[in-house]
Amino acid sequence: MYLRNGPIGLVFHTLFILFILAPLVMVCAVAFTGDGFISLPSNGLSLRWFKAILNNPRFIDAFLFSLGLGFLSASFAIVLAIPSALAIARFRFPGREALMAFFLSPLMIPHIVLGLAFLKFFTTIGVAGTYFGLVIAHIIVVIPYALRLVLSSATGLDPSLERAALSLGASPWITFRRIVLPLIMPGVVSGWVIAFITSFDELTMSIFIASPSTTTLPVRIFLHIEDTIDPLVTAVSAALIYMTIIAIFILDRLVGLEKLFVGKGRA
Amino acid sequence: MIKPSQAPWLLSAPALTLYATFLIAPIASVFLISFFNFEFYGGIQVSFTLKNYIEILTDSYFYEVFARTFGVAFLVTLACVVLGTAEAYVLSRMRNPWKGLFLMVVLGPLLISVVVRTLGWALLFGSTGLISKGLQALGLAAGPVSLMYTNLGVGIALTHVMVPFMVISVWASLQKINPSTEAAALSLGASQFTVIRRVIVPQVMPGILSGAIMVFAMSASAFATPAIVGGRRLKTVATAAYDEFLNTLNWPLGSALAVLLLIATIIVLIATNRLIERRYGAVFN
Repeated sequence: MYLRNGPIGLVFHTLFILFILAPLVMVCAVAFTGDGFISLPSNGLSLRWFKAILNNPRFIDAFLFSLGLGFLSASFAIVLAIPSALAIARFRFPGREALMAFFLSPLMIPHIVLGLAFLKFFTTIGVAGTYFGLVIAHIIVVIPYALRLVLSSATGLDPSLERAALSLGASPWITFRRIVLPLIMPGVVSGWVIAFITSFDELTMSIFIASPSTTTLPVRIFLHIEDTIDPLVTAVSAALIYMTIIAIFILDRLVGLEKLFVGKGRA
Repeated sequence: MIKPSQAPWLLSAPALTLYATFLIAPIASVFLISFFNFEFYGGIQVSFTLKNYIEILTDSYFYEVFARTFGVAFLVTLACVVLGTAEAYVLSRMRNPWKGLFLMVVLGPLLISVVVRTLGWALLFGSTGLISKGLQALGLAAGPVSLMYTNLGVGIALTHVMVPFMVISVWASLQKINPSTEAAALSLGASQFTVIRRVIVPQVMPGILSGAIMVFAMSASAFATPAIVGGRRLKTVATAAYDEFLNTLNWPLGSALAVLLLIATIIVLIATNRLIERRYGAVFN
């Protein structure tokens, strides 16, 4: 027997999906306006504001900057997360639970608190406004996401595979590279992806520690919106939405969205 | 030779070192300067004073800020519980490919920056936006209506940002339910409503509660949405702390606000977690 949704369920569902899509559709629609102010396109679609982005290096620069930052911090985070995840998944030792809670603790700290903590601390040690500081802060914020996904694939690992490799004379490093790493690869890939996206989208913490020369795209968009909401910033946002839609389809094929998200969520 | 008892600590040493230097120290420094003194002309002075905390706890302006922050967070949580649970239930009863498609539609926005999602609401909320025009066309409003700079507007936009987390949380619980419990109740003559109330909701309660905690904590500390939709007038704790840090430059006061927000969030998280574990730990594990 298969349970179906009744009419009430389907009406609710339709309204819910409308609610979810409304603001995104709105951004995408307004971006095609030909007017110089916020309005829905009235006489035909215009690419005027998308062209305007290309003449606005500030947004392009911030976009490229965010890509690089996300790439770097996700890569560092995954490299740090793999050994920690293996430690927690493969060993039983006193303090194991506490260690895991500690590694996941950045999820519990509001980003606004992290933002001003980093600003204060970086000012004290003299790295405020530097690229180094921003990368470090982003690594800390994305490690828990990477760790969770690596951990979930490392937990199901059969320890006898590793023992077999070691007993056949493989060094611990070879065992890791040829046996363990390929087996946890799905977790590593999805962990890197979610870490990258989290870094790319991060605003609240970055706004405290970004300087004019280290401005991420979300910070650039936020500062622009605080000043004025115009079709230009809408077009930038619409371009981001389109890129994300493409990314979502690729991700769904590669790792499966559900897997990526169960365990996302920061509190 | 490495002893087995040392191995896990050696493996986690790099991440631990990073955390100790760049997480513990910054958080500790926020606690520290929240006790420092600030003079409008003299700047920050090293001292030990409870002045900042006393100011926050006694000033009616900050009372309002905290009340707004937690009030909005509570209502957003409530809205997310109702909408998110219902949507997760409807989704779980769909067939593929619809199930997969709509799950993607609901979860996809999590991959789009909050700033972009909030901008969408700002476009809808303005006095010339679609909501205002729609209400006027339906005759529900006499003139232009703006939801910008209102608590309702902040609440709606925040609900939109948070509700996917609720859906995931309940969805995960729903996957563990044996569908025959529902079929059994229906075949014994229970109405659909009774089935939801007596069979489904009790079984997904852990998912609802853990989702609710997450949504509450994240709403209480949200920054982008209250900053854009709430504007300069409707301050929340997060936007007030931002102001103290980057506009007034009163870092000690801003830090005290952050510390209070952090403590309040952690208390809520731990208290509710305890409650859930005591209530449901024995049944679901």
